[in-house]
Amino acid sequence: MSAEATAINMAARASIWLKPHRIVLILIALALVLCAALFMRWDWLPQYWEMGLMGIWRALWILAVTCALGFALAVPLGLAQAGGPIWFSAPAKVFCTIIRGTPLLLQLWLLYYGLGSIFPQYPWIRESWLWPYLRQAWPYAVVALTFSFAGYEGEVMRGAFAGVPRGQLEAARAFGMSRWKIFRRIWLPQAFYRALPTLTGETVLQLKSTPLVATISVIDIFAVSSKVRQDTYLTYEPLLLLALIYMTITGILVFAFSRIEARIPVKIG
Amino acid sequence: MKRLTTLYSNPGAKLIDAFLPASAAGIIELLSPVAPGWGGTLLVGLLHSLEIAIGATCLGLMIGTAGAFGKLYGGPVTRDLLAVYTTVVRAVPELVLILLLYYAGTDLINQVLAAMGYSRVDISGLAAGIFVLGFVQGAYSTEVIRGAILAIPQGQIEAARAYGMSPGLMLRRITLPAMLPFAIPGLANLWLIATKDTALLAVVGFFELTLATRQAAGVTKAYLLFYVAAGVLYLAVTLFSNLIIGRVESWSRRGMPSVKEAR
Repeated sequence: MSAEATAINMAARASIWLKPHRIVLILIALALVLCAALFMRWDWLPQYWEMGLMGIWRALWILAVTCALGFALAVPLGLAQAGGPIWFSAPAKVFCTIIRGTPLLLQLWLLYYGLGSIFPQYPWIRESWLWPYLRQAWPYAVVALTFSFAGYEGEVMRGAFAGVPRGQLEAARAFGMSRWKIFRRIWLPQAFYRALPTLTGETVLQLKSTPLVATISVIDIFAVSSKVRQDTYLTYEPLLLLALIYMTITGILVFAFSRIEARIPVKIG
Repeated sequence: MKRLTTLYSNPGAKLIDAFLPASAAGIIELLSPVAPGWGGTLLVGLLHSLEIAIGATCLGLMIGTAGAFGKLYGGPVTRDLLAVYTTVVRAVPELVLILLLYYAGTDLINQVLAAMGYSRVDISGLAAGIFVLGFVQGAYSTEVIRGAILAIPQGQIEAARAYGMSPGLMLRRITLPAMLPFAIPGLANLWLIATKDTALLAVVGFFELTLATRQAAGVTKAYLLFYVAAGVLYLAVTLFSNLIIGRVESWSRRGMPSVKEAR
């Protein structure tokens, strides 16, 4: 019965792709890809292969770290705005407004060039254990991207926290749960479920922001493609491959999140 | 003169001198709009940023309206091609798209011109920036407008058809005004994204606010001061836009029950 159901399901899924005009379009797309593979120059690929993989790995690493840290920062930001007293909610709101109101590139350059030029003036910073890190570019990239993610996601979490029905929290209080337990067991999980669909979009947006770190000399996949373009004087090939790589990563991200979303019970609140 | 010698003997002191001249007068001098200050450069950069943002949003709206109608009422091939357009543009980083479209667009125009027997032209950064960002904005606004049109109560469109309105008249009198309240929040968001995306054009060397800031900061070494000043300018644009957007939104929702009452 279930095997039959999956077979029908798969047939239905296949028939989406097997309409006549889609077959023609897919053939045209394949022909374009084939032309690109045959008539464009790809002889540089073996030379830059390892560097490219390293760049992809670094971009993914930055994405994962900044999303995790940013979300950890977004929870208190959202909580402060949703239910905090004014001396918590006002700074959180100002932070979110500033982050969301200025371009990420500017924030990145402000941290890297601005703060980066201030730090060396203080001897105690230069002598501290932080200095070897502060001299590199990636901490600035991580901090800027984390703040950016926290700013946008904090706003989402504010709505998510505010959207949890009051009755749930009151019921938890009536059960005699402590405030921390209410937060951990009731408020945060329900807010997280509410925020999950937007989290997919935010993560994809964050992925699309990662190439900016190449402008402060972090060697991610975008920087590798720029190097290929400089070395080989090719314009399109590295950029097209880069676009394909980002599209693949986006596709994987969206698929993974849809699997996570499918595990969450639909009826909430 | 003595200050200059100390400036160059110690690079650390040079920076601290430049950013913290210990007096507000120094900061005002650096930011003043007339020649020795760099405030004028920043304002010209801001003007270019706004020009591009406005142009790109207008182009994006045109592409978006056409795209939304294509997606909703077009034939199967149009629909599939538009789906490819919106998916690809929204999955690839703006920076990569800007580089790709910038080179591809200028190349294409020059090749067309060469084929028609004209000489090559230099595409102005302004036109290229508007085209590139507009193309990207078009994908997003296609989705926003498509969703807004779907949110119109179906009866209104059926009533317009029943009155015998031509598709053009129906678009002008019914569909566009009726979808506006649903589309304004999304489109406002896109406008804010457009103002911030102009900063990406700094990477391809177009002179807008972020690049102007970088130049001013590079020359004067007052990095923090100029980046903060540029941030304030961007923020001012955002906050002012929010003010206008609120007005436009309440205007477009006139005659409808307010969101608060409906809940």
